[in-house]
Amino acid sequence: MNVHEYQGKEILRKFGVATPRGVPCFSVAEADAAARQLGGKVWVVKAQIHAGGRGKGGGVKVAKSLQEVHDFATKILGMTLVTHQTGPEGRLVRRLLVEEGADIRKELYAGMVVDRSTQRVTLMASSEGGMEIEEVAAQHPEKIHKVAIDPETGLTERQADEVARKIGVPDASIVQARAFMQGLYRAFVECDASLAEINPLIITGRGDVLALDAKLNFDSNALFRHPDIVAMRDLDEEDPAEVEASKYDLSYISLGGNIGCLVNGAGLAMATMDTIKLFGAEPANFLDVGGGATAQKVTEAFKLMLKNPAVKGILVNIFGGIMRCDTIAEGVIAAAKEVKLNVPLVVRMKGTNEDLGRKALAASGLPIISADNMADAAKKIVAAVNGRQGRST
Amino acid sequence: MSILIDRNTRVMTQGITGKTGAFHTRLCRDYADGKACFVAGVNPSKAGENFEGIPIYGTVRDAKQQTGATVSVIYVPPPFAASAIDEAVDADLDLVICITEGVPVRDMIATRNRMRGKKTILVGPNCPGVITPDEIKIGIMPGHIHKKGRIGVVSRSGTLTYEAVGQLMDLGLGQSTCVGIGGDPVNGLKHVDVMRLFNDDPDTDAVIMVGEIGGDDEETCARWIKAYMKKPVVGFIAGVTAPPGKRMGHAGAIISGGKGTATEKLAVMEECGIKVTRNPAEMATLLKSVL
Repeated sequence: MNVHEYQGKEILRKFGVATPRGVPCFSVAEADAAARQLGGKVWVVKAQIHAGGRGKGGGVKVAKSLQEVHDFATKILGMTLVTHQTGPEGRLVRRLLVEEGADIRKELYAGMVVDRSTQRVTLMASSEGGMEIEEVAAQHPEKIHKVAIDPETGLTERQADEVARKIGVPDASIVQARAFMQGLYRAFVECDASLAEINPLIITGRGDVLALDAKLNFDSNALFRHPDIVAMRDLDEEDPAEVEASKYDLSYISLGGNIGCLVNGAGLAMATMDTIKLFGAEPANFLDVGGGATAQKVTEAFKLMLKNPAVKGILVNIFGGIMRCDTIAEGVIAAAKEVKLNVPLVVRMKGTNEDLGRKALAASGLPIISADNMADAAKKIVAAVNGRQGRST
Repeated sequence: MSILIDRNTRVMTQGITGKTGAFHTRLCRDYADGKACFVAGVNPSKAGENFEGIPIYGTVRDAKQQTGATVSVIYVPPPFAASAIDEAVDADLDLVICITEGVPVRDMIATRNRMRGKKTILVGPNCPGVITPDEIKIGIMPGHIHKKGRIGVVSRSGTLTYEAVGQLMDLGLGQSTCVGIGGDPVNGLKHVDVMRLFNDDPDTDAVIMVGEIGGDDEETCARWIKAYMKKPVVGFIAGVTAPPGKRMGHAGAIISGGKGTATEKLAVMEECGIKVTRNPAEMATLLKSVL
């Protein structure tokens, strides 16, 4: 789960990670009030969307007067912000963060991830703040310093200080940097984060160490421990289809193609998408109905796929294990009838009771195309979709 | 022979009285030599009772002492799964197979840290389990799609493993052992660990290695294979079409920072001399071609 920058900073402050003072705003009037309340002579007006690259897209502006705060807020609120992470369709800006301006002396980078090979939380820090860390990693790998953190001891003072020095924190700010890094680690662990990125982490003219930006992701398996973080979820930032899917315990991700796929198991679902691509088409979605798929779940899955107007055909790929193929077949038939299916449907079933499943599909009278294996299924759905497109043009 | 488990393995089920644990313990007990293999259940509040004739003990240690079981399978709910693993590790079991899906990563980091220097081997969490066909199955895979043979299968994903097995069966190829290592970022055995075991198993002739996007376990395994593996290995990686930054079902299946793509993994595997296919329908035919 993702949160907005202002929410991430709220969380970080609780753990002693310093940030500029700021106020989240949902309207221009609120932005005006926030700037007056913050005082000072410089403010930053920042679009709050769940995507990076906001500055380049025109979603972050430095205002030198209250009038400018007002003008920028007017401009940014309601704009469709396009960044390299939003895709070409962009994202509507519904929230702002108005912050006091910071006197930036140095821009650094600090991030935390779970490293799979060491099986530890790893702090990554770099002197190259403000840049994409992937770029730094590609061009100057020697400028990224990593510390694998022992879960027993946490990030020690020595480790924190050493990293701070390596990335160029001045001596006078080392103590602040230590509190910052240790706070970041505690926030990461105690909130069950899966990623934390402070880019840039800044040293101000006075030597303060502040998080100028904050990106936090949380482990969705651990949200049961954090109702306060769940409350920060912003459904406007999520794909409505994915939100809908989660209500039925379906794992769904929208993709750009025109062939919907319904599969049991995440690995098999990815493999099915790959096979579709291998035979010259693109999947419209990833959809894992899980191990315990019921007829009702399959019906909801069909409805979900067909809400996407791009879908010109559907491929169902089921490996029946404990879940029997005839049960899935009943679900597919019920769903096809209920949603009045009007695109080609290819079904491939393998495993427990596959013969019964196929018989049920054949006896249903529905125009379901049966396939023997994944490759056959992909070929058939691609041909059916292309044939259909051929006819309509 | 086989790897990890065989008909002489004695197993306890942690979470035997829960819905999932009860359902799958029954299926495992009814598979091949399961009746002799599944000897105990663990539930702190039901010690002294039994589950359809299988005695229930209050702790893993008790179950081990009373029955000689040295392997445990875990079905307890996600918030308690890591401490169930801890208990099995503290009781010095040989092998723990954690089926539970959705265990918080933070819990697994602590558990894996506690396991350093201990003898217990962990498979999972979030995995289908391990099966040595016609002898014993520990986990949630459908037993009847397998048969005894000489091909090893190791995979991060459940149904995709069954798919590989189904294809092998269509070609008349049985399996020595199939290991589902699970789709979580912080887990027990990795591809490379299982590959080592298959390499040393005289009854495994060749291995199908199924991977997916995320992390670099497959690359690590590929490099190890190049240096040490004496048997043919074929591979498939799911997720060529997966977009970056999206978690594809499994917690570990995510391309982040441009790392962990299927294309990259396939390239490294090919460089290491592993025959790979981009068509998942051809995993078994590819394997047959290298025998």
